[in-house]
Amino acid sequence: MGFSFDLVINALIAGILLGGFYAAVTIGVSISFGILDIVNIAHPAFIILGSYIAYIVNTRLGIDPIVISVVMLPVFYLLGAGIYQVYYESFEKHGQDALRGLSFFFGLLFVTEVMLILVFGVDYRYVEAPYIGPSWRLGVMDFPLRMLVPCLAALAMFGVLQMILSYTFIGRAISAVAQDQLALRLMGASPTRIKRIAFGISIATTAVAGALLIIIQPVEPSVGREYIGRVFAICVLGGLGSLPGTVIAAMLLGIIESFTATFYGPSWAPAVAFGVLLLTLAFRPAGLLGR
Amino acid sequence: MRTRFFLLISIAVAAGVFFGARLVNNDYVFFAGYTILQFIVLATAWNILGGYTGYVNFGSAAFFAMGAYSTVFFHKAFPMPIPILIAIGGVVSGVVGFGMGYLTLRLRGAFFAIATLALAVVLQTLVVNWDYVGGSRGAYIIRPNDIAWIGPYIQYLFLLMLALVVISITIARWIERSQLGYGFATIRDDELAAEASGVPTLKLKLVATTISGALMGMAGAPFPYYIGYLQPSSAFGLEYAVNSIAMPMIGGTTSWIGPLIGAILLGSLQQIATVTISSAVNLLIVGLLLVAFVIIAPNGIVGLVQGWMRRREK
Amino acid sequence: MAGALLEVAGLSKRFGGFVALDGIDLAVTAGERVGLIGPNGSGKSTFVNCICGTLTNETGTVRFDGELVNGLLTHERTRRGMARSFQLPRPFATLTVADNLRVPLLYTVNARPGASLSAAELDARCAELLQLVALADKATKLPRDLTQVEMRKLELARAMAAEPKLLIADESMAGLSQSEVDDIVNLLIRLNERGITIILIEHIMRAVMKFSQRLVVLVSGKKIADGMPADVIREPEVERAYLGQ
Repeated sequence: MGFSFDLVINALIAGILLGGFYAAVTIGVSISFGILDIVNIAHPAFIILGSYIAYIVNTRLGIDPIVISVVMLPVFYLLGAGIYQVYYESFEKHGQDALRGLSFFFGLLFVTEVMLILVFGVDYRYVEAPYIGPSWRLGVMDFPLRMLVPCLAALAMFGVLQMILSYTFIGRAISAVAQDQLALRLMGASPTRIKRIAFGISIATTAVAGALLIIIQPVEPSVGREYIGRVFAICVLGGLGSLPGTVIAAMLLGIIESFTATFYGPSWAPAVAFGVLLLTLAFRPAGLLGR
Repeated sequence: MRTRFFLLISIAVAAGVFFGARLVNNDYVFFAGYTILQFIVLATAWNILGGYTGYVNFGSAAFFAMGAYSTVFFHKAFPMPIPILIAIGGVVSGVVGFGMGYLTLRLRGAFFAIATLALAVVLQTLVVNWDYVGGSRGAYIIRPNDIAWIGPYIQYLFLLMLALVVISITIARWIERSQLGYGFATIRDDELAAEASGVPTLKLKLVATTISGALMGMAGAPFPYYIGYLQPSSAFGLEYAVNSIAMPMIGGTTSWIGPLIGAILLGSLQQIATVTISSAVNLLIVGLLLVAFVIIAPNGIVGLVQGWMRRREK
Repeated sequence: MAGALLEVAGLSKRFGGFVALDGIDLAVTAGERVGLIGPNGSGKSTFVNCICGTLTNETGTVRFDGELVNGLLTHERTRRGMARSFQLPRPFATLTVADNLRVPLLYTVNARPGASLSAAELDARCAELLQLVALADKATKLPRDLTQVEMRKLELARAMAAEPKLLIADESMAGLSQSEVDDIVNLLIRLNERGITIILIEHIMRAVMKFSQRLVVLVSGKKIADGMPADVIREPEVERAYLGQ
């Protein structure tokens, strides 16, 4: 198999587009793990939940999946806020060891997956939208719209989040809560409330990420587990707590996976993320842009 | 009670279980019992790392499957008696446990946990792409019908797994009462203070990871013979990951008795549920019980009993 | 410098952009009683963490007993004779008070080359330590059943259990009554008379002045004074930065 220019350039494009989507998937964890220090390994389960909701509404009512996800944002936000409250009451308040918190989220991940299997079975589900199928050609470059649209939507979501974090009071309080809870209290803001809002936002992003996922690929309940490695690999590679770092790392991972898939076959893709994670942990645990 | 004495009692109890099962004269007892015994070993192995040191392993399926696949590999390359395959499975999984620990244990416990989760996915990918052990199509292992001295082959497998149960709970109990057990507990309670008190935390964590991984690999080694047809999806199945965590957490993580109780209770519950309802629902029940116990009774059944006894004293 | 048990040269530590310690030099001779004071946030605990290996310093060297300990893990430094108590007590919550003390006995004292304490000897040392800090009647209790004051004493006892050459006591006396403070100071002086070098980090000036043969002052990550206690507290910089608040 030769290194033809066509193949390389299109692998690169596919990688960048994929990376944009990966950023959408990971941004929630960048908040919950990077800023709040909560290891929410159930994050992919919520994404899959978002995918299935997009699937149901799209199949029944024909509405565009991305539109569905925006409508679902407040619902997922409330879900996240509720879960944080349970987590806080049961674990964080008492300073419980990490084992319990991790098991809690693992339980959530597991229960969500099994419930989806019970309700929907293990068949692959997919959505229909006008941009799934056609490609935008520019010379030898091929931009599949079903990847381009999610990538753009992901970057838009990233932009909105970055603005919230930088320019609103709540946003800056969220950035601060990782560093100085006392100062927050003195300013009259309750750290618990701030964290709850942040976690709610983190889960809200999964509504959108889920819709994007089912646009890019057909979904079945166990797909979530493939993403755990990717999500945390990106978080660590990008540097915990750095949103721009997450986007860059996501792009990098997308490109590496794309090249691996093109030249070695797609069945090796899940292993790439783990390899990246291990290498990063071994050589530069602070990540590319981490504090 | 000295360890030697405990070992003898365990062997006696195990012998009693085996001969009692033979009296029932129904092979189903052995098939179902094998699964429960397997879970006792997995739960006990998980607890040595997760319960004693506080480092959570989400990828128990990976270590279990490596034991199973090393058996498949050697069965094709160089057939050997199962006890030797068990030892090999233990070595393979122990080495992987050590290697992964070496790479990730110097960082926070959360990173180790995530790495174990990713490890399971990666190993499954490797196996699916490896045709020699069957790849995604799976591998057949023809199991003999009978074996000398014992009779039906399943009884032989049952006996082997009983032996593994005795070994694993003896090791777990020995650790608890030894200096190693103190070291593990300090790592769980406060790793920084442990280091300051002279505990070589990295070394001890590696010991825990290696022993835990090795035992899981040993539990997986006879599995291909038990099941006859091994597919990656069954070797790396979801039920191993969640059960190895749920059983110790529900039974109680601070003592070797916890995983034993948890495995027997949950294992039996699942056998009943699988037969009467469906296997997906039974997994759902396990998941819900895990979440419930983690929130309400974090010290498991053992913890509840201890709390009740303490209240009675007052 | 001959006879120096602990030699710190040019120690710096940053957290991102924040410079916590800026080129600290300190030499402590064997048998000395050094007091270390400074306002909150001046870097005292960070300094201790760097010396003991809990944190890694960016620049500078730490020499203990003539040996460069820069790359060594904390437990290796503890085994070589450095022990510290934590500012906020960090007991082993699931072990009894007695077992808390047993850990450093097993893993430090009994791990040193040539050591081979029997179980009975370990028990005896454990009991002796409990007596020393007046916690003998709490031996079988869990740390969560102790008062704040008792937890601080346990914290100190655990550091003493490692039978160190150098003991760093990080704010062990916060919240203690006057007589309890005196008890701890006398205890530390007695330990010192047995040959243990002690660095005392404290806010309670009465205790610091009574205890220290030498006083070091840290402000905003820099050492601004190092000498005889009576001289140091009269230095204008020290008065301004620390005492004049």
